[in-house]
Amino acid sequence: MSPGNGLVQLTAKDFRSDQEVRWCPGCGDYAILAGVQSFLPELGVSRENLVFVSGIGCAARFPYYLQVYGMHSIHGRAPAIATGLATSRPDLSVWVVTGDGDALSIGGNHLIHALRRNVDITILLFNNRIYGLTKGQYSPTSELGKVTKSTPLGSVDQPFNPLSIAIGAEATFVARAIDTDKQGTAEVLRAAAAHRGAAFVEILQNCNIYNDGAFDVVRDEKDNRLYLRAGEEIRWGEKGVRMRPDGTLEIVDASVGGLLRHDPLRDDPGLAFALARLTWETAGAVPLGVFRSVPRPVYEDLVHEQVRATVEQRGQGDLQALLRGGDTWTIA
Amino acid sequence: MSTKRVENLEGVIIRFAGDSGDGMQLTGDRFTSETAMLGNDLATFPDFPAEIRAPAGSLPGVSGFQVHFADHDILTAGDRPDVLVAMNPAALRANVRDVPKGGTIIVDTDAFSDRTLQKAGYPANPLEDGTLGDYHLHEVALTSMTVGALKGIEGVTPREAERSKNFFALGLMSWLYHRPTDGTIDFISKKFAKRPEIVEANTRAFRAGWNYGETSEDFAVSYEVAPAPLKPGTYRQITGNAALSYGLIAAAQLARLPLFLGAYPITPASSILEDLAGRKEFGVVTFQAEDEIAAVGAAVGAAFGGALGVTASAGPGVVLKAETVGLAIALELPLVILDIQRAGPSTGMPTKPEQADLLMVLFGRNGESPVPVIAASTPSQCFDAAIEAARIALKYRTPVYLLSDAYLANGSEPWPIPDVSELPDISTTFAEANGEPFEPYRRDPDTLARPWAIPGTPGLEHRIGGLEKADVTGAISYDADNHDLMVRLRAQKVAGIAADIPELSVDDPDGDADLLVIGWGSTYGPITAGVRRARREGISVAQAHLQYLNPLPRNTGDVLRRYRRVLVPEMNLGQLAMLLRAEFLVDAVSYTKVRGRPLTARELEEAIATMAVAA
Repeated sequence: MSPGNGLVQLTAKDFRSDQEVRWCPGCGDYAILAGVQSFLPELGVSRENLVFVSGIGCAARFPYYLQVYGMHSIHGRAPAIATGLATSRPDLSVWVVTGDGDALSIGGNHLIHALRRNVDITILLFNNRIYGLTKGQYSPTSELGKVTKSTPLGSVDQPFNPLSIAIGAEATFVARAIDTDKQGTAEVLRAAAAHRGAAFVEILQNCNIYNDGAFDVVRDEKDNRLYLRAGEEIRWGEKGVRMRPDGTLEIVDASVGGLLRHDPLRDDPGLAFALARLTWETAGAVPLGVFRSVPRPVYEDLVHEQVRATVEQRGQGDLQALLRGGDTWTIA
Repeated sequence: MSTKRVENLEGVIIRFAGDSGDGMQLTGDRFTSETAMLGNDLATFPDFPAEIRAPAGSLPGVSGFQVHFADHDILTAGDRPDVLVAMNPAALRANVRDVPKGGTIIVDTDAFSDRTLQKAGYPANPLEDGTLGDYHLHEVALTSMTVGALKGIEGVTPREAERSKNFFALGLMSWLYHRPTDGTIDFISKKFAKRPEIVEANTRAFRAGWNYGETSEDFAVSYEVAPAPLKPGTYRQITGNAALSYGLIAAAQLARLPLFLGAYPITPASSILEDLAGRKEFGVVTFQAEDEIAAVGAAVGAAFGGALGVTASAGPGVVLKAETVGLAIALELPLVILDIQRAGPSTGMPTKPEQADLLMVLFGRNGESPVPVIAASTPSQCFDAAIEAARIALKYRTPVYLLSDAYLANGSEPWPIPDVSELPDISTTFAEANGEPFEPYRRDPDTLARPWAIPGTPGLEHRIGGLEKADVTGAISYDADNHDLMVRLRAQKVAGIAADIPELSVDDPDGDADLLVIGWGSTYGPITAGVRRARREGISVAQAHLQYLNPLPRNTGDVLRRYRRVLVPEMNLGQLAMLLRAEFLVDAVSYTKVRGRPLTARELEEAIATMAVAA
């Protein structure tokens, strides 16, 4: 990859804006911001061609802290705004930063449609399983029974699994990382940025004020991380994942053999979906890395190809001819 | 050409009415095209149900198309039809009360059976019980004559043969009013080219209708309406929505920007999306979004990237866009929002016109969120209005609402085709780096517009958003005085547009009128027609029509205060009247009708007369 502006190799510092970062001390967002800032130089896209779009929530402040183009928009709408921008400006590298409430509640519709269209945008969903900016109400990823300010007797809402939604919405790239896992995050970002089309990345992020410890089981307990690596056996520690004859997955002692080998390129989304269903509760581990990465035509390419083909067929539009089209008559 | 007696008429209003599957819109369209080619001035009013195929023969399923044509300049599709063509009892029953006594009614007798009469709610056959005695009734066996004329065409089913009856009716009306027929023959051969037998069927039905008029003793007289002395030039007929689509394409070219339309299908705005989706040779990108919010969101995203961002909808969709329009106001990015108004509230009457969204687009957002609003007044004027909306949006970096309605959207009129080279240059400039730190909210001292710095421009990387921004720098600011300043700056910017739009012109030929009639939007035609009628009765009345609702033309207050009485006719419960009273402390009087139909010239003449007497 060539350096950002064609002359000078940029560093993480070049992507820091002059704005004071205003997340709570100890927030997982700091680690993600640092991770993105240190990754952007290797992306090889000059700063002026990078755009970060966000909605509302703690995560949505992200664009203010990057020295690139950015828009802090309204609740849930970032995927729609990014779709318009990416479609009209395919030359840009467009990113969406969102949270579990922003992306999966108020903006759920925009998220699934951006994914199924395969717009060339990279969506980073910071999932902390809580509403932080509004001070601690349960979110669409909060677990059943969760006691929050708005659920004093515990939540009775079945939570979403963000990756299940993404895969169900025909996403071509689906991955997961942890805020504090610098190397894992960098690998996932690298793969997401390299993917043409909509890339969906869930980043498990700790809200130390309203939902502290939500992911301790995998954030702190590194043994519980199941890293998915293309071509390698799906295993962690002494355990592994095998497919039963009926197609469901089972957790077995790795030593028994016959473990699944990870293949994110698999066209059929069934296995990626099954892997996404493996959770701490169901499997005793949390899968991380790239679940699915398949090629599919990119939305804005198809849009502009139709324009190009029409111009080729009909010639460049002639406004005067358009206005004179149809039946006309002349009065002398 | 006809060998029968010919009479000359100054103008005629014809209404075609039938089942929504009877092809009445097509019939009306074709008759209008023939009429346009003849050089009459004309105006049309398609009036149809929201249901695609309501139960056949039922009153809710009746679809109508009214065309008014004349040898002089006309303003509306007409209040009451001189001629009603009713394809079945329901069409007769739904429309006969609009036909003045002495008017002509043509019915398809084949469609009058016990069953269809019952469906239409007729206790007895109106063709037989004398209830139509005050009309010139022509009883024509339209269906059976059509079927007879089509005998022997291979591949045409009996059902298809019956369906050609609308072309029989068109042929008959074309004979009756001396319309040219070549255009329709040509149209049939193109429209149905994939099925030559249907071309043959419709052509034969059309000719049979014409011949029936020529030979039947029932029609003793035919009529001529001489061409109207329109201004020299090349004309076409155009509907409001087509004019908006063309206006947007023109605006993008005049601004030298790509056009991006985000839209979600909604009556009566959908045809704008459909039309622009078929104009890709102009580089137009259309985005059919997952919902109304995404439609406007994508347009904002495209605008951030340097496109002419547009979204088109009707009231129920526009209300969903409100939050995003507020964002665009805070971002100070150009955006054009088309509201093709329809009868509300809620789903209301989707295909019927109303102008009750005015206060919504002016005020229906959180916070102090000023936005320019303009309104088209005739179908063809939609073209200019689209360019003007884009001009204001681009120059002042602001969302602009353009109001039309279902009457303008579907109605048509002759349009002198503009010379593209005479259209205004509305181009704008993007910001470029000058070595200084970039200040996204440093305003142009004249327009108060901020720079439009698009991604891809080196050195201008910046962040914008819905949070309040510090003046000049655009950094997030919760400072009390800064917020007060920004609120006022945004308001001043929009108010300042008044210096950049024409003054309100008043038509006051006598110069001594006490009464001013002022309206906005699609009521232009009916109000002007009503004013003309009143003047013919010797009433002195002045007229003004607002194309700019925010800001109002700078002389609006002066104009209003010049008259002792002010009458404000609207298809709502007095929204403009409320604005004028609040803004200028004038005792404006409302005339309101909210029937989902255009106001009529006759009722406005009466309202003017009543008010003039009271004055």
